[in-house]
Amino acid sequence: MREYKNVIVAYSIMILLIILVGVFQSWSIALSILNFCLISAVMTMGANIQWGYAGLINFGVMGYTALGGLAAVLVSVAPVEEAWSAGGTNIIVCLFIIIGMIFSIRYILKKFVKSKKRTYGIISLIVIGLVLLRLVSEPGIESIEAVDPAKTGFLGGLGMPILFSWIVGGFFAAGLAYIVGKVALGLRADYLAIATLLISEIVIAVIKHEDWLTRGVKNVIGLKRPVPYEIDLQNTPWFINLVEKFNSGKLKLINSVAERQDALNQLVIDASSVYVKLCFAGMFLIVVIILLVITQKALYSPWGRMMRAIRDNEEAANAMGKNVVKEHLLIFILGSAVVGIAGAMMVTHDGLFTPGSYRPMRYTFLIWVMVIVGGSGNNFGAILGGFAVWFLWIEAAPIALFLINFFTSHLPDTNVIKLHLIDSVPYFRFLMMGIGLLLIMRYRPKGIIPEKINIK
Amino acid sequence: MDFINAIVLLLNYIFVPALAYGSQLAIGAIFVTLIYGILRFANFATGDMMSFGTMVAILFTWYFQSIGISLGILPTALIAIPFAIIFMILYMLTIDKLVFSYYRIKKSPPVQLAMVSIGVMFVTQAIVRIIIGPFDRRFFDGEKFILKANEFKEMTGLNEGLTVKSTQVITLVITIIVVSILFWFLNKTKTGKSMRAYSDNEDLALLSGIDPKKVVMITWIIAGILATIGGVLYGLDKSFKPFTYFNNMLPIFAAAIVGGIGNPFGAFLGGYVIAFAEILITYAYKKFFTYILPETLEPDSLVQLLSTDYKFAVSFSILVVVLLFRPTGIFKGRVL
Repeated sequence: MREYKNVIVAYSIMILLIILVGVFQSWSIALSILNFCLISAVMTMGANIQWGYAGLINFGVMGYTALGGLAAVLVSVAPVEEAWSAGGTNIIVCLFIIIGMIFSIRYILKKFVKSKKRTYGIISLIVIGLVLLRLVSEPGIESIEAVDPAKTGFLGGLGMPILFSWIVGGFFAAGLAYIVGKVALGLRADYLAIATLLISEIVIAVIKHEDWLTRGVKNVIGLKRPVPYEIDLQNTPWFINLVEKFNSGKLKLINSVAERQDALNQLVIDASSVYVKLCFAGMFLIVVIILLVITQKALYSPWGRMMRAIRDNEEAANAMGKNVVKEHLLIFILGSAVVGIAGAMMVTHDGLFTPGSYRPMRYTFLIWVMVIVGGSGNNFGAILGGFAVWFLWIEAAPIALFLINFFTSHLPDTNVIKLHLIDSVPYFRFLMMGIGLLLIMRYRPKGIIPEKINIK
Repeated sequence: MDFINAIVLLLNYIFVPALAYGSQLAIGAIFVTLIYGILRFANFATGDMMSFGTMVAILFTWYFQSIGISLGILPTALIAIPFAIIFMILYMLTIDKLVFSYYRIKKSPPVQLAMVSIGVMFVTQAIVRIIIGPFDRRFFDGEKFILKANEFKEMTGLNEGLTVKSTQVITLVITIIVVSILFWFLNKTKTGKSMRAYSDNEDLALLSGIDPKKVVMITWIIAGILATIGGVLYGLDKSFKPFTYFNNMLPIFAAAIVGGIGNPFGAFLGGYVIAFAEILITYAYKKFFTYILPETLEPDSLVQLLSTDYKFAVSFSILVVVLLFRPTGIFKGRVL
């Protein structure tokens, strides 16, 4: 128990903070902070698997998150029949062309020895394939995007429950990670960072501009939800009764019947949003716990031991007969898949997919601040990092406003500097993140909850 | 068939803009490469450091404009650059003292320094946004065009016009001056040689009596000069917006790596490689082909390899290809 003391203390403080937000601001805000904390925790666990277990630096978190979100769209949206009949065949033909290209290139690579002729052959095959793809896809894409562009203009999805997308999102991200890993994992650490960052930008560019698949910057709104809608809850008798029971003391104080009904209606509206967020929180918590159990088991398994050995001394592990390249690729895929799950969870929670909102500051660098602050190599640390940093990210503006008012209280309200500072309150969150990261890196380089390896 | 018109068309839409954009990237890429070669880490705060320098230059420009100083047809920002550089150097040296020097003395791995530079990135971004705000700002004044399309058409009697903005010429002239001074400094002076020696082999350089503190300080000073000039030139040509500057870090990195990281000359050329590739691949060649092909062969579609939305993606794909097939970069930098 004693060794877990700092973990328990840190988590209690975190929960207390969220409860304080609930008491002083509102329970709805507190719960949405909690939900995003949980999503951030999943992303951080993904990044932590790569960085903490294996020392691989992945600055492409944004790309995998977006792919997870795309999975949510492709799984849950009902298929657009018109679009399929307009250009579906072209897209399917394109798919076959791509598969054909891949297999023929693999065949050539296997069958012939390396020579100039083979290289030119492959290059010309790729060029011909691309031209063919362009010729086939262009009319198809045009006719798909012409189908009712204000509402659809894309192929739609499979129309399945959105919960499936959490798994599919993981697979999408894993697939991308396989390609990226094959290309970039041989690079030295900081190049891997740059390469993954740039590749994730390419992914975002594709998602943003391939309207036939993702609807691009026109966004997909109104995704299905795995939990009830607020408006339905407000009309269900059992829910109204439940709210009445909870607040019976408060309601009794009101004498007039009409006023009591008004008060009850207001309470029901508030309670419905809290209820929906609680449902989400429950589902996210289940995912976090499942992942935590799996990652903890993996960390203390022989496999986890091997990963640490590779991280700490690659040459030695290699000399002991461990296949470093293969294990790196595997862990890169696993970590990215976890990030993909988080991406799908986030889109499920928001109910909308906005490719324009994926920016490296929010989805890559912030996640990395979480990993570093929380404690790399320790899953509890990673989750705590996700919670603490997200909490600060949201609550930075109120804190900054309070501090500004406190330090400039002797100045009159019309003071130019004071007004300017109050106007720029939203940007203080960057300052806090930066200073927080620098302080942690300097004085507690292993994070709030450092990695601890128990050798039994 | 009209070759002259076709050439003017390409000059106007590809060559001139790419040359200006390439120069801006090149200065940034030399900045990245110098930091990488001598201080040995990938500086993720590149874009934000550039925006910090530009911000100071804008503030000085506004001050000069308010007291009525101007350069006539040239933009006022040019007088502001030296003052901005002084501030930028002070900022760089402060950051180095407060943040980077600790890890350098401890000989931390490069990854840790890169992480620290992310912290610096957050802080710099916050400072810039708190002082000047996140909005788009244009601070260009003076004569906008050197050659207008109409004037060119009248002069030559061609169908196609050629526009040359004064900012493009200023960018090119300043880049040539700065880069030639820099290469002269690195190759001919004693300090420059000691910097190259330090970059090549740190231990050997220390043994031969090179003062590491001085080398690091000079590097930050040069970096400050480059960051400010590169940032101001980009801002004059397009506009100043902190978010765009942060994003510009990515093609700059691509340029530095494509050119061979740690190799300033490679970075310089890498900037142009990236700029030309971006514009060549996303340009619609329809009009060009209507000029050079006989009428029967004229294309119906835009003849565009990739839509302009993929402008950034092109430079990153080049980077990926270079990393795959020639990891030292085109002009042979350090082995990755």
